[in-house]
Amino acid sequence: MLKNYLRLNLSLLYWVFVAPFTGQFFSISQIFRQMVFIGVRATSMVALTAFSIGVTLAMQAAHSLQQMGAEIYVPDLVMLSILREMGPVLIAVIVIGRSGSAVAAELGTMKVSEEIEALEVMAINPVQYLVVPRFLAMLIMLPALTIFGNYIGVLGGWAVCRFALNFNTAGYIMRALGSAETWDLYSGMIKSVVFAWIVITIACNAGLHVEGGAEGVGQATTASVVQALLAMLVTNAILTGIFFFGA
Amino acid sequence: MNSDGDLVIEVADLVRKFGDRAVINDISFDVRRGETLVIMGGSGCGKSTLLRHIIGSMKPTSGSVKIFGQEITTMNEREIASVRRRFGMLFQSGALLASLTVGENVALPLLQHTDNSVDEIEEIVGEKLQMVGLSGFEDLKPAEISGGMKKRVGLARALALDPELLFSDEPTSGLDPIMTAVVDQLTLKLTHGEHMTAVVVTHDMTSAFRIATRMIMLGHGSIVAQGTPDEIRNSPNPEVQQFINGEADGPIPLNLSQEEHEHHQHVKPRPFVGARHRFHRKTG
Repeated sequence: MLKNYLRLNLSLLYWVFVAPFTGQFFSISQIFRQMVFIGVRATSMVALTAFSIGVTLAMQAAHSLQQMGAEIYVPDLVMLSILREMGPVLIAVIVIGRSGSAVAAELGTMKVSEEIEALEVMAINPVQYLVVPRFLAMLIMLPALTIFGNYIGVLGGWAVCRFALNFNTAGYIMRALGSAETWDLYSGMIKSVVFAWIVITIACNAGLHVEGGAEGVGQATTASVVQALLAMLVTNAILTGIFFFGA
Repeated sequence: MNSDGDLVIEVADLVRKFGDRAVINDISFDVRRGETLVIMGGSGCGKSTLLRHIIGSMKPTSGSVKIFGQEITTMNEREIASVRRRFGMLFQSGALLASLTVGENVALPLLQHTDNSVDEIEEIVGEKLQMVGLSGFEDLKPAEISGGMKKRVGLARALALDPELLFSDEPTSGLDPIMTAVVDQLTLKLTHGEHMTAVVVTHDMTSAFRIATRMIMLGHGSIVAQGTPDEIRNSPNPEVQQFINGEADGPIPLNLSQEEHEHHQHVKPRPFVGARHRFHRKTG
């Protein structure tokens, strides 16, 4: 299991970073196709999630901070929570549930219907042909979705501050921007890239090693979602520790 | 004619065991250039497993398989890939990529392994689809065509690179009699005219006798009989006669229950003692 996963990662690194220099290019058009499947079609779900989170964070913050007469800090709290944690983590959750499971199911179905074996017999490497485009698409689209989600989340916070608290729009923007440093954004982006790697490699590995027909595809899809969620959340805790609690 | 240069496939002392059970039990045979070898045998006799060993997707427990004079059992993935560019394979289900159209499926090996321009590839794709009687189906998805059509597209794809060697796993099952004859004639034309070598796994006796230059019958993972179609047709072996005539009664055991199987083992000891729990599973 873990051996297969490590082997997939090594093979992936070879086909992305080494093989192109020996003349074996991956297909650019396939990457764009996967970017649409993995990223573009998830935007509406990401927007809804991020907006809800922004609104929720602002309401919770307002409730607690009002008691101390400190509701001026609501934008700071919304901005920092979203950039550092909520944005990268929750958007990864959406992408795991939507795109990770779809990739695992698609590759798993290809495995049980002999398509993967047919590729191998045609001397086409399945990692190069199937995994590399999905990997690169995910590596581009998850951070892109995270930036998009961050905007929408902050917009959710603005909606609460503007309509329920006594903020004007300019005041909200000034406070929010004043509280955040570039590192807050970058740390979230680094997390997002790491999550993208975890999500897509786990999904592809689960799909490529399906055994036993339709039932196997179902089990692999479930396993990929559970494993990716756990791995992502644990990694998030570790990265937060390194970024914000380290020496 | 009999020099080593003409040997396309050499299988020697091939053994494959799953646990204690030998699915392939000491099989040896050669295939010469231009021959059509038909491998036949009941379900679960090890035909497909044998095929998978020859194309290098499974590794044997012991023995050797040489294709074009190169030992394939000890090759790494890259070496196997270079051998695979020289042969085509038709899968039982067709194994078309569901996300691509019929035309894109046939074009796939050409796009991956040649530097041909798009126009040249389109021309070759059209020509190959015409060979299998499917001109004009380029833009349909595999889900939109019948099982028999998928198989013919699979054949067109297997032939896309004009291979020296073609493997077919049940090429005619699911085809109507006319299409079966068309596919058989195509195989004959390619082996006679273009000196292609073919290895065909089939149940279809009409088709088998029509195309074979040599036949092998497998049973319990070993070769029961081999020879030219005439030799097989006149074989005194009752198992062969039962199989080629499709008779329900005969020496080939059907659907053994566990007890019958144990009894069977006393009569004919075979090296799968201790694996009786798995005997019911079909592996073919």
